[in-house]
Amino acid sequence: MSVDLSQFYEVFFEESFEGLDAMESELLGLEPGTPDNETINTIFRAAHSIKGGSGTFGFNSVSEFTHVIETLLDQIRDGRRLLTQHQIDLFLQSVDCMRDMLNCLRNNEEPDVELAQPLKLAFEKILNGDETPGDDEAPSDVTPATSTLDTHWHISLKPGIDILKTGNEPIFMLQEIAELGDAKIAIDVSLVPMLNAVEPDNLYLSWQIDLTSQCKEEDIAEIFDWIIDESEIEITQSSNLVDNKDDAGDRLPVETENTQDSKPENLTNASTESSAVVTPPPAPKKEATQSKATESSSIRVSIDKVDSLINMVGELVITQAMLTQLTDGEFDKSKLASIQEGMAQLAHNTRDLQESVMRIRMLPISFVFSRFPRLVRDTSKKLNKKINLVLRGENTELDKTVMEKISDPMVHLVRNSMDHGIEIPEERLATGKEETGTLTLNAYHQGGNVVVEIVDDGKGLNTDKIKSKAIENGLIKESDDLSEQQINELIFEPGFSTADEVSDLSGRGVGMDVVRRNIQALNGSVELQSVKGKGSTFTIRLPLTLAILDGQLIRVADHIYIIPLINIIESLQIDPSKVNNVGGEYDVLRLRDEYVPIIRLHQAFNHQADCSKLTEGLLVVVESDNGKVGIWVDELLGQQQVVIKSLEANYRKVDGISGATILGDGTVSLIIDIIGLVKLAGLRKAVRVNALAGKQDAGAR
Amino acid sequence: MNIDELNARLVESTVNEQDYFDEFQQYLTFLMNGEEYGVDILRVQEIRGWEKCTVIPNSSDYVRGVLNLRGTVVPVIDLRVRFGLANAEYSQITVVIVVKLRQDDKDKIMGLVVDAVSDVHALKRSQINVSPELGDNQNSEFIQGLGQVENKMLILLDLNNILD
Repeated sequence: MSVDLSQFYEVFFEESFEGLDAMESELLGLEPGTPDNETINTIFRAAHSIKGGSGTFGFNSVSEFTHVIETLLDQIRDGRRLLTQHQIDLFLQSVDCMRDMLNCLRNNEEPDVELAQPLKLAFEKILNGDETPGDDEAPSDVTPATSTLDTHWHISLKPGIDILKTGNEPIFMLQEIAELGDAKIAIDVSLVPMLNAVEPDNLYLSWQIDLTSQCKEEDIAEIFDWIIDESEIEITQSSNLVDNKDDAGDRLPVETENTQDSKPENLTNASTESSAVVTPPPAPKKEATQSKATESSSIRVSIDKVDSLINMVGELVITQAMLTQLTDGEFDKSKLASIQEGMAQLAHNTRDLQESVMRIRMLPISFVFSRFPRLVRDTSKKLNKKINLVLRGENTELDKTVMEKISDPMVHLVRNSMDHGIEIPEERLATGKEETGTLTLNAYHQGGNVVVEIVDDGKGLNTDKIKSKAIENGLIKESDDLSEQQINELIFEPGFSTADEVSDLSGRGVGMDVVRRNIQALNGSVELQSVKGKGSTFTIRLPLTLAILDGQLIRVADHIYIIPLINIIESLQIDPSKVNNVGGEYDVLRLRDEYVPIIRLHQAFNHQADCSKLTEGLLVVVESDNGKVGIWVDELLGQQQVVIKSLEANYRKVDGISGATILGDGTVSLIIDIIGLVKLAGLRKAVRVNALAGKQDAGAR
Repeated sequence: MNIDELNARLVESTVNEQDYFDEFQQYLTFLMNGEEYGVDILRVQEIRGWEKCTVIPNSSDYVRGVLNLRGTVVPVIDLRVRFGLANAEYSQITVVIVVKLRQDDKDKIMGLVVDAVSDVHALKRSQINVSPELGDNQNSEFIQGLGQVENKMLILLDLNNILD
């Protein structure tokens, strides 16, 4: 019987990437010297599983590379070697390298060994600098438990020779095994030396155990938790149906290393093999392999969410059964009330179910936050700055789609804060601050929004520099008198960068405007506060989900459109005396201190409008990417939450429209994309010019 | 034949499809401007009566808009306008045939407005003739061939990339 191993690839990759993430986060917490055993063990275990897995699947380039890492880790773990900063850096680099290799393999490409080779050599150099022999790892594969019925287990237990010295007593383990089920235990005394050579502290015995029990493999493995590192333990399932020896290829070995304290092995025993015990892969993951899932097409859902979903479905079924019963057979009017009641319950159930399903898409923002410790570490090193990263509100939940799209803008903002915000240590000390700067990422819910703040305690924005740069780039004029806040916000203008030198961190001029555009594309907004010398804060506001938005229904002729409520600043009736026509191209309304260009929606969308005079309709003032725009419509209708449907799924992208939704009466209504509409109306430039003119005007007052 | 009957035949056709597969291909035929046209029945999902739909701004004149097909937003194309036929009127028997088509290399669901549905015909491969080349006719790219049934001529359509 041969099984196509490739069906397990996806599980392997997913687990390996998780392992790499774990390694990375633990490595970041490491200090040179003799590190915490638990930490090293976690890293070791991750490396070990990747090695074992890649070996099984024949990804030799990965397993060979991991082997060197593992050997070094093992020596560090045993206290035979001190951990140096250089080694930590090498480990981190190798995490990146492994990630690249695994990504290549995942895409069915040959991994680039060029990258791995220098790292491998560096590791080998470290290893050869010392005479200590590396441990031989012998991964052994063992069948995962599959059945809850009585299973025959064969356990081969060969404890390490000095486990008695560490206070372990095999008798107790054997007793525990016997408690699991029907056990036949045979002792092997072949290794007991002549009496004169016996060291009373050493254990020379080994055992062969045949166990018939309902237990799972983990249960057996657990008993040996304390001695796994020093001992050879093999647990095999010898079912009556399957011959173990013949189907070795069927098995999916996943190796774990025990975490418990392993005392330094004495040198004569250094060549003793440490062996691995296998735990079966968790069942849900197996299913995941069947659909060739890519990274973004699968999500992990916590069990309580699934449970609540099952509850809802249960209730839905009950309600449905009730309704079926009511409408079955003869129908008379007396049942009408019960049916109405049932329908109300059905509506209630459906709404609950919808909410629960939506909740499944929500993931904690720690998925995004987790990449920042590494980023901050590497970047601060490159910049010679000392930066302490503080993460808050990591459990704030956010729609998966939003999460994927927010990650890049956040990286940009964090880099920006590190590059431009936080000062070098000398400068900080000179201004009476602590040497180490603090960068805080804070996420929380506010209203229907998720707010993410990026706070640094650096020098704040250099308003003078921004101003001179803006003048140089022609964004504003020398004579413009803008408030500090207005000047600071200029960094969101396209083509703006204040870095004195173009570094590879920031300063390529494709900066903040892209960030702002990306966030706005998610129906979000980004704000900035800065206090000179004290630091700056970027605040990103995002809708909880992309699937639902709060919309304002508007009417143009007999067409109903939806404007996202988050874009709307105000709605007003137009005072014709304040409207001017600019060069015959477009109208602007002077609204307090700003000039707002007017888009006539019926013109942009080619509809016949009811109203011909500006005064008859209403102006909805919205925020576009560059400034305010007025959208002139016939009438405002209600506000409601709408579920966004894709228009592109069956049609194609439509300019000025971001999607569609279905209204209460079953008709389709289209959702207006403000930025697209401004472009469609050919007012892109006008909006910016007027926004700046407004600021200038405001400053003049 | 009314819509319900046709929908019932649609269900039937998918059941029996395997038996006919080698020799016959079934076509749903419909009328436009007096001529009978046919589309591969396996592409047809359902037939609906014409109802007003939501206009898409700045779209081509043959795109009537989008409608709500049980929660999916589906564009509706007036095939008569698309083919430049006269008399694209909306009456009691005007129907929308919902089909699954390839467009821009993706499967898309669209509604096609036609004058009326007609029948379901099983055509042998031998009954289908290649349509004569008429030089510069824009519509010819959508014509798969001409079918012959009981002295009637059917214009068999292949509507992939109808939006182009």
